[in-house]
Amino acid sequence: MNLQVNNISFSYKNGFPALKNISFHTQAGDMLAIVGQNGSGKSTLLKCLNRILKIKTGSIRLGETPLHSLSPEQLARIIAYIPQTEEYITDLSVFDTVLLGRKPHIRYTPTPQDLETVSRLLTRLELETIAMRPLSTLSGGQRQRVFIARALAQQPQILLLDEPIANLDINHQMKVLKLLQQLADEGMNILLTIHDINMAARFCNNVLMLKQGELFAAGRQSAYTPENIQNLYDIQVDIIRHNDHICIIPQ
Amino acid sequence: MNKEILLQYKKYRTGNRRFILLILLLLLLLCFIALLTGAHRIGSGEMIQLLRGEGMEINRQIAFNLRLPRILAATLTGTLLSLAGVIMQIVLRNPLASPYTLGISNAAAFGAAFSIVFLSANTNVLHSSHWLSSIAPYATTASAFIGSLIGLAIILSIIKLKQASVETIILSGIIINALFGAGIAVVQYLADNAQLASIVFWNFGDLGRSDWHKLLFLAAVTLPALIYFYLKRWDYKALSAGDDYAHSIGVAPQRTRITGMVITALCTAAAVSFFGVIAFVGLVVPHIVRKFTGANEEFLIIGSAVFGGMFLLLCDTVARTVIAPVILPVGILTSFIGVPLFLFLLIRKKTV
Repeated sequence: MNLQVNNISFSYKNGFPALKNISFHTQAGDMLAIVGQNGSGKSTLLKCLNRILKIKTGSIRLGETPLHSLSPEQLARIIAYIPQTEEYITDLSVFDTVLLGRKPHIRYTPTPQDLETVSRLLTRLELETIAMRPLSTLSGGQRQRVFIARALAQQPQILLLDEPIANLDINHQMKVLKLLQQLADEGMNILLTIHDINMAARFCNNVLMLKQGELFAAGRQSAYTPENIQNLYDIQVDIIRHNDHICIIPQ
Repeated sequence: MNKEILLQYKKYRTGNRRFILLILLLLLLLCFIALLTGAHRIGSGEMIQLLRGEGMEINRQIAFNLRLPRILAATLTGTLLSLAGVIMQIVLRNPLASPYTLGISNAAAFGAAFSIVFLSANTNVLHSSHWLSSIAPYATTASAFIGSLIGLAIILSIIKLKQASVETIILSGIIINALFGAGIAVVQYLADNAQLASIVFWNFGDLGRSDWHKLLFLAAVTLPALIYFYLKRWDYKALSAGDDYAHSIGVAPQRTRITGMVITALCTAAAVSFFGVIAFVGLVVPHIVRKFTGANEEFLIIGSAVFGGMFLLLCDTVARTVIAPVILPVGILTSFIGVPLFLFLLIRKKTV
């Protein structure tokens, strides 16, 4: 599903303008990396797309539908969100956690179809051996896969992830990003915030660079110029291009 | 492999449903036993006769007019306090939360103490001609209820004023508790000996004060609350996973939290106003139930409600019989029974 963002701005209650006149659009199959320094508005942008935060000006459209016209349940069946969090890790089992993602589809109690959807997802994400384990006993990589499964249980068309690889080793970073790439190939529209700019360049076909709440640069691989990255992070870098890949090395 | 997970999970759900059914049956059994036990023994054969509408009139009076209201009071209050406890623990994300976290208990106790000292309620020294004598039995209850509503109103205005976080809400509760605690101290200082005794007695938490009017009122708050929380169990499950996440699956976190708090506070206010402060039930029952059902709100909420009713009935039945014919206030016994039970479960889990 297309996501069209037009000129949105957002300020926090204390008056701090977190986002200023952001416009961009993505479509099914896209994997968009949102990069920028800490406090540049990356997470705020994701929360605005999900209506956790209400935008002050501008508009967001999902396909032809304005975001504000959707009911909370309707929105939850289109957009799934994976917060960046190490809090709220309870003793809920993996199966129950993923089943929670069915909430927008459950009326009173989960149907056999709901349970089947969950067990299919657990198999797909290789979580079947830990299906009954409490979330609190899992490793960071396993948890992130559980949260992706929980998001997929919503059967969304757009997936928002806040720092999905922040606490993972490189092996698990690769696993998560390859999985997301696979989902994008299947037609999911994916937006994620990410600090590792090399991984962003390697796995995401689009990039959105935010600086102090403003859209600084956007585009495909060509957006990763030394000037852009130096300005974005206020550091000096070299960029090496090898085959189709680029490698960004801080000086 | 796919089928195996499904089977495993369905088994877990069936197990939880069976557990809730089991404690429901235990509750019914306990009700029957509680009807039989007391200073005046009634045999089970005799009881079955009574249930069929036969048997001796004196036994009927004792069973249905003395014991039954008390049994129902214990069950309803236990259900209500445990329900309030589990909801508070979920919405405040704090395992130490209880129905009294918002300061309702002290607010109600202050209301009761105030009425005992300044409205001369509950002291049994009123002349029948005194205008207060007709409302005296309910004056303390009403005053306690008003006290807890004032406490709740203060909390809600703090939340309204400052978009309060969970931490602020908990701290506000501590402040309310301290404020009304100081109020109680002042009232106690001004009280005479008889009044002081009344205040202390009121605070014990005693189900002997039950009558059919109170029961009706209690049922009128407990049952709708139980149904509401049962229907909203998925919202509370979502809330446990974090506010932002809850929002993203279509649950308004702050609204769910505040509605839950207000409903549980009203329930708690009713229970405390009628029967005084019965401590520990609301705190410990959800933890005990969690050992059986796991941290799954789908079963935890309803399980706590049923288990709470059973637990308080058990405590009250023991309180009625342990040093009969003296009847202990149940508030004294809940900790004596709850602590070892909770410790046992805690230790047993560690060794497994």
